[in-house]
Amino acid sequence: MARSTSKDAQDLFRALWSAYSATPTNLKIIDLYVMYAVFTALIQVVYMAMVGSFPFNSFLSGVLSCVGTAVLAVCLRIQVNKENKEFKDLAPERAFADFVLCNLVLHLVIMNFLVG
Amino acid sequence: MAASSKPGSPRPPPSSSSSMAQDLFNNFSFSKTLKLKTKQQELLIRVTVLTLIYILAFITRLFSVLRYESMIHEFDPYFNYRTTLYLTKNGFAEFWNWFDSESWYPLGRIIGGTLYPGLMLTAAALYWVLRFLRFAVHIREVCVLTAPFFASNTTLVAYFFGKEIWDSGAGIVAAALIAICPGYISRSVAGSYDNEGVAIFALLLTFYLFVKAVNTGSLAWALASAFGYFYMVSAWGGYVFIINLVPLYVLVLLVTGRYSLRLYVAYNCMYVVGMLLAMQIRFVGFQHVQSGEHMAAMGVFFLLQVFFFLDWVRHLLSDAKLFEAFLRITVTGAVSVGAIALGVGTASGYISPWTGRFYSLLDPTYAKDHIPIIASVSEHQPTAWSSFMFDFHILLILFPAGLYFCFKRLSDATIFIVMYGLTSMYFAGVMVRLILVATPAVCLISAIAVSATVKNLTRLVRSQSQAVQSGSSKGASTAKSSSKGVIDNSQPFQRNGAILLLLGAFYLLTRYAIHCTWVTSEAYSSPSIVLAARGAHGNRVIFDDYREAYFWLRQNTPPDAKVMSWWDYGYQITAMGNRTVIVDNNTWNNTHIATVGRAMSSYEDEAYEIMRSLDVDYVLVVFGGVTGYSSDDINKFLWMVRIGGGVFPVIKEPDYLVNGEYRVDKGAAPKMLNCLMYKLSYYRFGELTTEYGKPPGFDRARGVEIGNKDIKLEYLEEAFTTQNWIVRIYKVKPPKNRW
Repeated sequence: MARSTSKDAQDLFRALWSAYSATPTNLKIIDLYVMYAVFTALIQVVYMAMVGSFPFNSFLSGVLSCVGTAVLAVCLRIQVNKENKEFKDLAPERAFADFVLCNLVLHLVIMNFLVG
Repeated sequence: MAASSKPGSPRPPPSSSSSMAQDLFNNFSFSKTLKLKTKQQELLIRVTVLTLIYILAFITRLFSVLRYESMIHEFDPYFNYRTTLYLTKNGFAEFWNWFDSESWYPLGRIIGGTLYPGLMLTAAALYWVLRFLRFAVHIREVCVLTAPFFASNTTLVAYFFGKEIWDSGAGIVAAALIAICPGYISRSVAGSYDNEGVAIFALLLTFYLFVKAVNTGSLAWALASAFGYFYMVSAWGGYVFIINLVPLYVLVLLVTGRYSLRLYVAYNCMYVVGMLLAMQIRFVGFQHVQSGEHMAAMGVFFLLQVFFFLDWVRHLLSDAKLFEAFLRITVTGAVSVGAIALGVGTASGYISPWTGRFYSLLDPTYAKDHIPIIASVSEHQPTAWSSFMFDFHILLILFPAGLYFCFKRLSDATIFIVMYGLTSMYFAGVMVRLILVATPAVCLISAIAVSATVKNLTRLVRSQSQAVQSGSSKGASTAKSSSKGVIDNSQPFQRNGAILLLLGAFYLLTRYAIHCTWVTSEAYSSPSIVLAARGAHGNRVIFDDYREAYFWLRQNTPPDAKVMSWWDYGYQITAMGNRTVIVDNNTWNNTHIATVGRAMSSYEDEAYEIMRSLDVDYVLVVFGGVTGYSSDDINKFLWMVRIGGGVFPVIKEPDYLVNGEYRVDKGAAPKMLNCLMYKLSYYRFGELTTEYGKPPGFDRARGVEIGNKDIKLEYLEEAFTTQNWIVRIYKVKPPKNRW
């Protein structure tokens, strides 16, 4: 039983890996950015667990900036991905401009929230 | 009409409203001289109608300004006015960090951190813009007219929202309906300078921008909806409705299988950026991550991540079996992690439970037993059918019709408006005040019904008449005219029936307009601070007693005098009388209010001890016995007893009742006849004859002769009684010399 589940897991992993390798490079770069942002958020959570959550607004703004930019990057990836039929009319430059604008607003709010 | 279309020319698009309009225009030579095309004519009509609706929404709210004067109404608006005045005088930094020592003596109130600043900032911004343009307006005028201005803006948003959900015809009808709907007018007349005036605009704007974002999948629209949400959070505590309705909507879309990547983009951007913006308001603080009322949004956020992650993996994996295994692992993992987090958070108290204000919406009986202050507010009572009819009129019957049309043509946008309509109608049934939140939904859905019905009927009239006029010589140029030509022979009265129904619809809408204007004029345009009545000869009699009393306070008492009254009048006393009060309408400290309630319900000597401990110099009571004014303190007295008794068990409600009945005449309970409130209300009243043929001391509000006419005050003395005895002010005597 254990051997079949581990074999299943290996098959699953290999299938995922091979399917993922087929994605275009620009999407892989975005995925890397998302991973980086989530990883940074995790580090901040671990740090908060160690030293406590005061001041809470700084912790929240740090974590939410990482989560926010990750989520926005995923939205960008969705809009730029050529396989998505719904967004085929959307120019990738427009998607990127929206992404930059949203990140700008996000980080301005973060900077206001970080201190007070 | 036949002359305008050349033979063989393609027919205009099947928009019967535009072709009707074209015909109407061609009847006037105006458009012929301008040579406007159909599309331009339609645009001209639309812009003209919207402009008229904009102006109508503004002027229908001006009744009280025309009848009385330009003043702030009611109680809460006076606080908003005072804070706006402070903001314009001292600037934003002072306002944001304001600690007010003039209310809730001796506790004070952190105003900067306990108010929703949206309304004040909006009015101040308008004031500064007008001043910059060299219009020398007073801030009070701006405050009085802020609500009608934003009501006009709401009609524009309703137009765009209707256009997004259905089409531009429905948008125009929605704008027209919401411009005069009494449910909205009640809280947005000129002078009603309250949060809801701006908040309904923000609510509708947020919903419109969100639905637009879901329809287009654009990050820019989602960002705009996040800003709309920020404005709503800054304006009103009812933003909790948005932060719960939108996740519920996302959940419904997921469950019904209508999800798409546009939904992901719209919700995520709005939630993250909106949450961050909302946390900038000090009063809201960290509630978005710590309060039970906001957890639904967070839960749906995580659910969306998991859901779309699984969707993406399924898209990557071509093999179904492998995916199933992956699915099982991920789902069990995610659900268990979520459940554990929620459980730990709630059990440890980190996630605070629903506050009483919102919990009483889900369980209407909660407030009566546990929180008497919330239960005592008249706006928080359950709604009667008469209130629904009064505030909505024909919209009440058009609402189910509109729901039917929405279900016939389901889309993401119509699902949203149906959900908004149903949830808001439920809450409107629980609490009278929330009819206001339901009004935009009811107007939009009814507009869909009206627009779709009128469109169908006019299409019937148009094609019938065209089939009749063009005869059978043309080949069928459109399927419609041919089908109409087929049934033309069998139902010659169909056109007449359609015309009749159109006239009926027109009649209904006319009655609606008449009803709305009548309601606005009679019921919702009274300032509450100035009372009016009809004299014996039909002339209008104005009772301006409140302002008389507050200005007496302002001019005849020392500047550091402290005034004790029931909490209803606190805001008005600080705003107009400019004196420190003990409790006011913010009702944030129940024990302090209960102390005042206990003082009012005790015998004079016990009350004197309490008043000395609070440094009270003056006591203010409102008395309606001479004028028959029924919202006075004697009628509110039982609530004082209940609230006081809730904290101090020495006050027992049965002591003031006789056989469960509340009386003030000879048969009243002895504690009632000698408590402070009774004495202060009826001092010297026993000598006054109020009505012809009745004995002296006849209380016109209760309709009885009072029981204790010979009242002597030992520790207080009468300082001022207004002209019609409505407001009575007493001075607290300093303690006697010891020998």
